[in-house]
Order: sequence, then C-alpha cells, then structure tokens
Amino acid sequence: MAALGGLALGALASSAQAFSVNIANGAEPGTLDPQKTSGNWETRITRALFEGLVTYAADGSLVPGLAERWEISADGKTYTFHLRDAEWSDGEPITAEDAAFALRRVLEPAVANHNANLYYPIVGARAINVGEAAPASLGVETPDAHTLKIHLTQPTAWFLQALAMTEAAPLPAHAIEAAGEHWVEPGKTVSSGAFTLSEWQPQARIVIAKNPHFHAAQDVALDQATFYPIDDAGSALNRFRTGEMDIAYSSVPSSRFVWAKQNLADALRVGPLTAEYFYMFNLRDGQPLADRRVREALNLAVRREVITGQILGQGQTPSTWFVPRGTANAPGGQMAFADMPMEARLTRARQLMKAAGYGPEHPLRLTLNYNTLEDHKKIAVAVAAMWKPLGVEVALVNSEAAVHYATIRQGKFEVARYGMVATINDPFDFLGSYADDGSASRASGYHDAEYDALVARSTGELDPATRQRTLTQAQQRLLDDYALLPLYDYVSVHLVSPRLDGWQSNPMDVHPLRYLEERD
Amino acid sequence: MLSYTLKRLLMAIPTLLIVITISFFLMRVAPGGPFDGERQLPPEIEANLKAAYHLDEPLPMQYLRYMGNLLEGDFGPSFKYKDFSVTELIMQGFPVSLEIGGLAILLALMIGLPLGIAAAIRRNSTVDYLVMGTALTGIAVPNFVIAPIFALVFGVLLAWLPAGGWNGGAWPNLVLPVVALSIQQIAYIARMMRASMIETLGSHFIRTARAKGLSEREVIWRHAIRPAMLPVVSYLGPAIAGIITGSVVIEQIFGIPGIGRYFVQGALNRDYTLVMGTVVFYGVLIVLMNLIVDLLYSALDPQIRYDD
Repeated sequence: MAALGGLALGALASSAQAFSVNIANGAEPGTLDPQKTSGNWETRITRALFEGLVTYAADGSLVPGLAERWEISADGKTYTFHLRDAEWSDGEPITAEDAAFALRRVLEPAVANHNANLYYPIVGARAINVGEAAPASLGVETPDAHTLKIHLTQPTAWFLQALAMTEAAPLPAHAIEAAGEHWVEPGKTVSSGAFTLSEWQPQARIVIAKNPHFHAAQDVALDQATFYPIDDAGSALNRFRTGEMDIAYSSVPSSRFVWAKQNLADALRVGPLTAEYFYMFNLRDGQPLADRRVREALNLAVRREVITGQILGQGQTPSTWFVPRGTANAPGGQMAFADMPMEARLTRARQLMKAAGYGPEHPLRLTLNYNTLEDHKKIAVAVAAMWKPLGVEVALVNSEAAVHYATIRQGKFEVARYGMVATINDPFDFLGSYADDGSASRASGYHDAEYDALVARSTGELDPATRQRTLTQAQQRLLDDYALLPLYDYVSVHLVSPRLDGWQSNPMDVHPLRYLEERD
Repeated sequence: MLSYTLKRLLMAIPTLLIVITISFFLMRVAPGGPFDGERQLPPEIEANLKAAYHLDEPLPMQYLRYMGNLLEGDFGPSFKYKDFSVTELIMQGFPVSLEIGGLAILLALMIGLPLGIAAAIRRNSTVDYLVMGTALTGIAVPNFVIAPIFALVFGVLLAWLPAGGWNGGAWPNLVLPVVALSIQQIAYIARMMRASMIETLGSHFIRTARAKGLSEREVIWRHAIRPAMLPVVSYLGPAIAGIITGSVVIEQIFGIPGIGRYFVQGALNRDYTLVMGTVVFYGVLIVLMNLIVDLLYSALDPQIRYDD
C-alpha cells in the first residue's frame, strides 16, 4: 500500500502538471454503493469507479466495457459475454464470477435496488427480488473465468441498456466480503473503472483519482476529479464564474438562462434529454377526464410553443408525443391535430366540450396539481389560461414533491404535472409505464389491452425496423386516446469550462470522465 | 448549585420524551413517504425498501423499536444517506455548525451590545436613529437575500473571498457565512440591549447611584450594563441552539458541511430517522443552553440564586 502510494506520488510529481477538475455535482450522494444509488448526482461518481460489461461512450452510445465482445443467441434469450483481461484496483483479476455476483446481489431484497425490475427478464430474477427464491437460483452461468452467460425468459430488446447501468456492473466480491455492508469507503473500496475513490468528506467533497489498473488507463488523461455537493443552483453558478468549478451540473436556473447565454456562451452546454414533461390525466370511471372528448379538447387548446418559447426559452421541444424524440429508437407518431392551425383547433375543442355536456351554464371545474418549483407554477398558470376559452375553470394545487407524488400514486388527482426521466435509453421506459402494471398505468388508471399487447410485442422484437413499427403503433394508440397531455421534451443545461474537451451533450446526460481532455 | 443542575437535567428527560414521541408520530402522519419521488417504484421494489427500513411493521412497533435503539444511543440509519448512520452525520456536521454559529454569535455580541448601549445612552439622537434604522433593516432583510448578495459581490464580482465551500474551515471561507449569519443577530441584540438599557437607566437604583454623585460613566459601566444584559442572555440560549441547527440557508448557499441542512432536507425527503435525530439533538441542545443561561443569570444578578 505504501509502495503504491509512493508510486502514485512519484507519477504525479514527474508529470509537469496534474490534470484535475472540480465538479459542482448538485446534491450530496446518499451512497456510492452502485447498487443502492437513486440519482444522477450519485451515478456520475459510481460510473467513474465501476465499469459495466457494456458502458457509455462520450456521446452516450453503448460501447464494450469490461466485456470485450458478446453474442446474443438467435432466439434472443441467451447473452454470452467475453470478459477482457482486466484487474480490480487492488490487482486482483476481474472474473465472470464477479459479474454474476453483481447480478445476483442487485436482485437481493435486502439490497433494495430501485431499478431491480429492469433485470426481471433474467430467468428467476423476479422470484429472487420478492424473496421467494435464493440468489443462487438466478439464470446466469460462468463456464470459465472470462465467460458469462445470461439466460432470459423472453427476448428483451432493451436488455443491453439495462446492463449498461452502474447497478449491473461487476462487483469485487472479495472486497465486499472482506469489508461488509459499507464497503465503498476510501481505503476499503476496490474499483474497476477509470478512477478510484481517494477521499470522501460528507457534505464537503469527494475526490477520485486515476486508477492505474484500469484496462484502458493509457487513454485516460484526467488525473483527479473532485465532486462538490452544491444543492443551490445560484451557488454553483457563482463558483463556476470564479473559476473554482470546471463543470457545474444543473447550475443555470431558467431565470438566469438568457443572462448565461450572453455572458457564458462558451461554457453553456444545452442538449436534448430523454425526459418528458407532461400532464397526467386521471382516467378512472366517474372522473371528468374519463371522457375522451374532454381529453382531446384540453390537448387541442394548449399552445405548447408558448410554454417552451416564452416561459422556458432554453430550447425545449414542444411535444405532441410521449417518447422524447432524442431517445434511441424513438418511435414516430403524434397527436392528430399537430398540423392544424390554432383557430381550427380551438373551434374543434369547443365543439368537443359542448358534445361532452359542458358549456357556460355548466363549466368544467378541474384541479391541477403541481409540485413546488417556479417553472411548474408558471406553466400551470399558462395552461389554465389556455383552457379558459373552453370554459374550463382550473383550481391550482401546489404541494412539495413527496406529497405531490404520493397524491399521484394514490390516484387522488384530476390533472397532475409529471416529469418522466428515462433510466434506460429506450422507448420502453416511457411506453411501458402506461402498459400493464406500469407506474403511470397504476397512477392514472389507464388500461387498454391492445396497447399492452403492442408494448409487450415490441419488447420481444429483435429486428429494429419491425420493432420501430410496433413502437410507433403503440405510441399512436396512446396518443389517439389522448391518455395524457404531453408538453415538451426536456433539455439538459450545464456549464463546462471551455478548456475541457471530450465532454459531449447527449440524451442520457452521461458524461464519463475518462474521455475528458485538456484543450491546448 | 450542583444539585439544581442535576435536577434540571433530570427534568429534561420527560420533556425530551414528549418531544420525541410527538415528532415521531407527526412525521408519520405527514402525507408522502420517503420513497415517493418522480420515479414511481414498482410494488415489489417498494416492498423491499420498506422491509429494509422496517417501515412494513405496524406504527406502534416502529415506535418501540425506535425508542429501544435510542436508549442504546443509536439514531438508526439515514434513509437517504445510506452509507452513514444518523449519529455519524450529526457528529460530522456538528463541529462545523458549532464553529460557524459560535463565531456568528460572538461577532453579534461584539457589535450588537456596544451599538445597543450607545443608542440607549444617546436616546433619540442621530446615533440612536442610525443604529435602530440599520438594525430594523438587518431584521427585515432575511439571510436568504443577504447570503446570495454577499456571495455575488464579495465572491464573484470583487473576488476578495471564496464564493462558497468549506475547505476544511480555512478562515477566508468562514468570513462570508459568519458575517451573513450574524447580521440578523446583531440587529436583534442591538435592539434588545437598547430597550433593556433604557429601562435599566430609568430604574430606582440608577437614580440612587446618580444621587450618590457617581459620574455617568461609572453609573453605566458599574451599575447599568450588567442587569441590562439579562434579557440578552436569556435570548442567547435558544438563539445559539437555533443558529447551530437552523442555519440551513447559509449552509446551503455557501456549501458548508454542517447539520443545519439535515433538518429541512430530511423533512422534505421524509428521511424519518434523520429528522428525528436532528430533533432529539436540537432538543438536548435547547435544554442545555437554557440551563447555562439560567446559571449565568445568578452570575449577572446577585438577587437570583438557585438554592436547593
């Protein structure tokens, strides 16, 4: 250990200047155990520490990670990964058993992983996750130290995306057994990624340093990165302006965007995001929005370009679809009125409302719930004003996030603001939520057997073109039903010092530090 | 004195017990749980999370479990900061908050007391109006306004001091948060000291002292200041406890790793154990501070004695 420390110091001293960056990272990580994380302020760090079998390139696309290559059987149900010769940061070899260990662990009920359901396609996975079977029964095998076979119950088009998440990255079984539950601590932890954890002062900073054992260490330019938990966007912006921070995530509130565009043009990075801002409708019987005509009318009356252009102005795309257009394999399809002039839309909306039995004597009274944020409030006020010509009277209900989402979960709302951010870069993440027992389906009460069947079929389709068609059909069906009111596709807004290269905006908003370079 | 102190400490136990019980149940009746967020979890996964934190047990059971752990000095694991226990979080954050809060109170006393005294002595003069006008502004402008302005002006535009960060407690990082935190306290203390001083200067024993022919300077320094400080001292107890646990705005804006933010963040995240931990800690701090204040009373005012 001492020898290693000396070596690292020597290496730093010998290079003329160590290349390091400071990152304003939003919140303080709750954990750095890659299987217990719940947000991107955590995965930005765990992704630097743990390399998946598959991983992300700088542009967000999938590239081989610890697996050199893989084969998928013709029926789409068996994945065979060939691991490269690689070492943990303590010099131990990374084996197929480490990869199998991680997949079994992520499904253990006690680990309580938030995204464990993404691994349910693996044989036996769900039973393990609900505590009905032992982790050892998982459908994975390791014929030799470099080969991992994963057996699925059915072909799953997005499975590689799920494997790219840090929760599925191989884990150092030997280190976890030695250190126990809190194994991700400086000095204890062992990593496989381009960096190792060297310091963690809670609420103050987390330092990671280049891992000389990383399989592609020769291509990594960055020597050290320090993450600062700065929850206040204004503070992050200030500290970026003083030059203290080189990268500041989510540091430009919409109110400061125009200013930033004028004053920090060379640092401002805006890009599309696989995230959708929409209003969820409660479709249960007896609810006003159980009537499709009302849902269509409400959709017709909203001028989305006013919201994205005048209220937000950061480049969000007004949407009349559900799956953000920046998503990989994004399906086509949009609401039928998309190309109608506004006048005609309003006329039709009024007719629909009248047909549904609403008029000046009998106005539609709706509650619209949103969670606390200035932008959500402005948008809600604007939408309410756009509905007014239809004779809709809106009562706005504001609550803090925990209450807001509990209200939605319990179905105690009429219209509710919702932001859905993709976990995996695939349309299934969005469309699946309205299918079967998905989260949006449970909350909104949306049930349509044919839609469910289309979504299920799309998951099993291995030919990309066929799958695209099925996904488009599914999305179109949801939209023709006006099951929700899409408003816009999100954008990501970050600040990156112009001296840095290798940082690219991408729809998954992943920015692996291993590709960072210093501009001359 | 010793037995009085012990008695007070013993009396604090039932008080704390009531505080803990009420906060425990209040926290649980609040709508929304720790796992309610933008990403709605599948039922299987929510069940695993609830089981991991014993939230699947009946509420009275959970209460008993919590109290049992508390007796052993265990505040439980934080729901959000999974790699840390609540005790670890508080122990790491407390020294930082204590340093910032302590310095702020010290600064507030050093500036607020003389200002208040000066204003009282020259009542209705320009000095008085100037001090009280400034103090009123200090009270009226909340620190979520002052702090960002400080950071922007002194941190970014003038670049005299760091715009934020803790940096292990280096003094340049301390200046802005301490000053921002103390401004309101300076204002409160100056106003309180002025009012109390005016009252004291009008009392019989001061008249007697003046009648004895003492100089005005002697009257003020020897007789008036000490009793006039009593209200300020009793204000200090809860103020110190509050400034240490409640400097959430300052800690967030300047990125200081103290415990202030745990209370608010914990409540918003429904991090039950973290909120409870902070409440218990705050409760103990208040009890201790009030006790110290009461003991200080007898030092300031010989008429107050704590006999057994």
